[in-house]
Amino acid sequence: MKQPSARGTVSELVLGIITGVGPAQPALDGLPDAVDRAVVSTPDLLFDDDLQLALFCLYELHYSGIDGASTDWEWNPTLIGARGRISAAMEARIRQEVALGELPAAKSEAVAAELFRMTGEAGGPSMSRFVAKEATDQQLREFLINKSIYQLKEADPHTFAIPRLTGRAKAALVEIQADEYGGGRPARMHSALFAKTLRELDLDDTYGAYLDTTPAITLASSNLMSLFGLSRRLRGAAVGHLAVYEMTSSQPNRLYSRGFKRHGYSEEAREYFDEHVEADAVHEQIASRDMAGGLVESEPDLLEDVLFGAAAALYVDGLMTVQVMDAWAGGRTSLLHSAASPV
Amino acid sequence: MSGIPVEAGAHADDAAPSPKEAAASIVAFPDGPLLVRGDFELVDPEGAALPRRRRTIALCRCGASALKPYCDGTHKLIGFKAAP
Ligand code: FES
Repeated sequence: MKQPSARGTVSELVLGIITGVGPAQPALDGLPDAVDRAVVSTPDLLFDDDLQLALFCLYELHYSGIDGASTDWEWNPTLIGARGRISAAMEARIRQEVALGELPAAKSEAVAAELFRMTGEAGGPSMSRFVAKEATDQQLREFLINKSIYQLKEADPHTFAIPRLTGRAKAALVEIQADEYGGGRPARMHSALFAKTLRELDLDDTYGAYLDTTPAITLASSNLMSLFGLSRRLRGAAVGHLAVYEMTSSQPNRLYSRGFKRHGYSEEAREYFDEHVEADAVHEQIASRDMAGGLVESEPDLLEDVLFGAAAALYVDGLMTVQVMDAWAGGRTSLLHSAASPV
Repeated sequence: MSGIPVEAGAHADDAAPSPKEAAASIVAFPDGPLLVRGDFELVDPEGAALPRRRRTIALCRCGASALKPYCDGTHKLIGFKAAP
């Protein structure tokens, strides 16, 4: 991934260390305290540009890496420590906020029913209806740019959970991910379809190309998946999170496609959305009953974690949607510093 | 894809499905589509293969999908009920 610009003390330290600007040791020595201070003093970690960017970069060392950063940094104990400190605070911040209803029985059908209830009830403004009917061309581009930070590596965070599951839940997760990765055809990978959409709109499809204009809450949404995916303790949450993504996708993608059609964009440009309408109608059944339900049946203790992961996904992505729609309602860009706006 | 069902006992030595396991299975999801998995072909009345982009498919049974024969999730919007 292209190196982003720092947004404060912590991200500056992290980027300085991994990209070898100056001697690493003094910066490494100073990192734990800097992280502590930032975590304690932030008004809201989910909207903190510096901390979310730092966390995003630390996680990215486990994915595509960062230009100029040696692969040796991936498991550096000080960096892992910093990552753990920020992610623990983020988890606590979200746990404070999400309330789970009465727990259903630890049975597949009951878990699926609860997940359908949660995803069916999710309130808040509807991005998909707005995109379908009202969004301007510029807003469609912003919508894609905001999405690009995850969609260009779509499915990767949840893939980390595969070796931590067994039996029915594992088979279900693999079945979903195989489809996400194009069923053996690279051009059909969902990330590749998304890249094609970006190119059709003359946007840059390089991973991280728009990172500098991506707001903190969008990074938080992506970081949440890495937090769940990279922790065995949170494997239930990773599964609940993915289930929500699969269960809230079919209809919205139909509306997204409509919005791009309204602006005259080709079938090629819309294929990413059209593919999701069909794919996720399949995935939502597998995800809710076999993956989430199957996991809870084999590990009943994970029931609460599965629902927490689901609630966390709805909560954080809800905040992201509100921020974007508020900006648009106020006639503003939803991206950072519009002067550098790429389009 | 061959579309030829695995015969019981025909592949005793390899990793073929056990005799009891069908070559394909259809799961009727409550309030939702029919999920078809395994080794099967989806064809029109003349026997020509219908466009298919994935191994496991969901067939609409609420009648409201805009992507028939596939499910597009509309069953949730219309409150389709079926058990199972
Ligand atoms: S069963 Fe899903 S749209 Fe008809």
